[in-house]
Amino acid sequence: MWGDWHQLWQIVSVPDNVPIVALLFLVPFYTWYGFREAFKHDRLIAQLETDPAMAKTHHRKPYPFKTGWERELHVWPYLMRIEFLAAVILTVLLMVWSITLNAPLEEPANPNLTMNPSKAPWYFLGLQEMLVYFDPWIAGVVMPTLIIIGLMAIPYIDANPLGNGYYTYKQRKFSIWTFLIGFLALWCVMIVIGTFIRGPGWMWFWPTQTWDHNRLDFAVNRNLHEIFGIENRWVAMGFGATVVGLFFVVSGYLMHRLCMVTEFSRKIYQRMTLLQIITLHTLLILMLSLPAKMAARLLFRIKYVLVTPWFNI
Amino acid sequence: MPEENDKGAGKPTGLLGTVKETVKGDLAGLKGVLVEKGKEELAALKEPEKTQLFRSIFRVKRDETPRSRALSVLTNVFFHLHPAKINRDAVRYSYTWGMGGMSFYLFLVLTITGVLLMFYYHPTKGQAYRDILYLHHDVPFGQLLRNMHRWGAHLMIIAVWLHMLRVFLTGSYKRPREFNWCVGVILMVLTLLLSFTGYLLPDDQLGFWAVTVGTNMARATPLLGHEGPFGAQLGMTAFNDVRFALLGGSIVDANALLRAYIWHCIAIPLIASVFMGVHFWRVRKDGGISGPAPVMLESEMKEEKKGPRPVILRPSGTR
Ligand code: HEM
Repeated sequence: MWGDWHQLWQIVSVPDNVPIVALLFLVPFYTWYGFREAFKHDRLIAQLETDPAMAKTHHRKPYPFKTGWERELHVWPYLMRIEFLAAVILTVLLMVWSITLNAPLEEPANPNLTMNPSKAPWYFLGLQEMLVYFDPWIAGVVMPTLIIIGLMAIPYIDANPLGNGYYTYKQRKFSIWTFLIGFLALWCVMIVIGTFIRGPGWMWFWPTQTWDHNRLDFAVNRNLHEIFGIENRWVAMGFGATVVGLFFVVSGYLMHRLCMVTEFSRKIYQRMTLLQIITLHTLLILMLSLPAKMAARLLFRIKYVLVTPWFNI
Repeated sequence: MPEENDKGAGKPTGLLGTVKETVKGDLAGLKGVLVEKGKEELAALKEPEKTQLFRSIFRVKRDETPRSRALSVLTNVFFHLHPAKINRDAVRYSYTWGMGGMSFYLFLVLTITGVLLMFYYHPTKGQAYRDILYLHHDVPFGQLLRNMHRWGAHLMIIAVWLHMLRVFLTGSYKRPREFNWCVGVILMVLTLLLSFTGYLLPDDQLGFWAVTVGTNMARATPLLGHEGPFGAQLGMTAFNDVRFALLGGSIVDANALLRAYIWHCIAIPLIASVFMGVHFWRVRKDGGISGPAPVMLESEMKEEKKGPRPVILRPSGTR
């Protein structure tokens, strides 16, 4: 049933879902806020690039400054008072939230009564959503590990020295796009889907669609080799491995093209060591594998690409 | 005779007389001194910063000179996390969004409310759930306490993510702050784990099934889980794999509750505190907050310098 606003309200008003409602506003707001600052700097950069004389004398920030002004401020009181104010506001916010909304408490734990849908805490819903597309060893173990490793690798594979300590978009297009696709599209959006869209049986329910506990999805997912009519297990395995390998090669090459698009990115590429290039490409390809598998599933109803006796991909 | 004259004047004599005389004299003397001292005390009240008590605690004069301002930051153990001075534009909200500081503040709030909750909570099956009910209905402000702890935890996760977003957008992970970014990533993982281990503690359906779903994934760990790739080949069963180690059993039960409790209340907070100490220390040693720094132009890009870096870094924002 559609137009079930009561269902929507039931989901939105679950106390534990309030943070995601907050996230829905906070993340776009701060993204916009950061970009506003970035464009401010980009305009200044453009100005300084066309006017070398100005670049020599300018203080190089888009904020007011006159010669003779102090370049530094005393922490006491100029920073401390801000910190104090922030603490007060945060405390009031937390108090009001805690007075108006009670933390949830369900029935006592009962291993014999499964909750449907059974959801992980909201901050892990991105991983749970991945379970639709990948087996648990990938979604629950390999992907989180890769996210942590990938995040830690960022400072060591970003060879672009510009944009250190100020907001800019123009000087760091590639890294900003990569990070925002990862954080916004592959993490935050997945959390929102997991919270608001996924209902009983982890099935897809559009907002205002009633959660029907008796609904069954008759999706016929096939493995890739079945589509091609391959029956022998070992041939199928070789075929799947080839497809996975092809994915690595083709997307690796596409990434390479992407890194060579502009003159600037070619310059950065030039500065990178072989180890940096290999790491960057590996991580990008692995990141791309999530949307790739999602597309394979949603467009072609493909369950596994590679089937082996030990694991499936 | 003088003695007789005294006697004649009716002065008391003997022991009693001497005592009386002495006390009287002392009282008269004291009166003057006390009034004097009282006046001094009153005067001192107007300038509490001159008292010995005050000076023993705060070791610096309180006035408006730059020297005193700097010293009041440097000589206070809580303030000395800060430098004495910072880049004039670093106090703009648009630069840091205050998210690192708020994450830390929320961590402190969670520590305090968490310790208070511990007074009422037993990590045992059956009792745990009853303790939460007790908090809700009987403990004064118990419900508020629990609410603050839960919503504070949610807020902290959001604050940490936004902090990471701003650090990324300002390029603050770049040289020389690469390592502190890594420390930050570990802090984020610890924050998520703190939240996750706490989720089970009320021992209700919500926590039970969330943790069941979460730890079921550990079954599928490659090599180390009994349902993971090559797990069975390596002799993994439901009774010896990583999931068993996490839960202290093959199902989420009493042992899992105790383990979650210890990780949540002792181990992870301790580990996180150590990493936070390192994090703040490195913010200072890497030259303070990264900006807002003067913009650099493409034409000014230099070859990467090889070799060791300077140990002492100039504060950022100065050129
Ligand atoms: C428990 C979590 C964390 C706490 C309490 C914390 C706290 C702080 C604080 C107070 C600062 C000072 C500047 C500011 O407020 O922005 C800071 C800076 C920094 N943080 Fe964190 N942080 C945490 C997590 C993270 C994470 C997840 C990352 C990145 C993945 C990170 C990376 C950094 C870096 C690179 C700096 C230096 C930034 C600069 O110089 O501009 N931190 N942190």
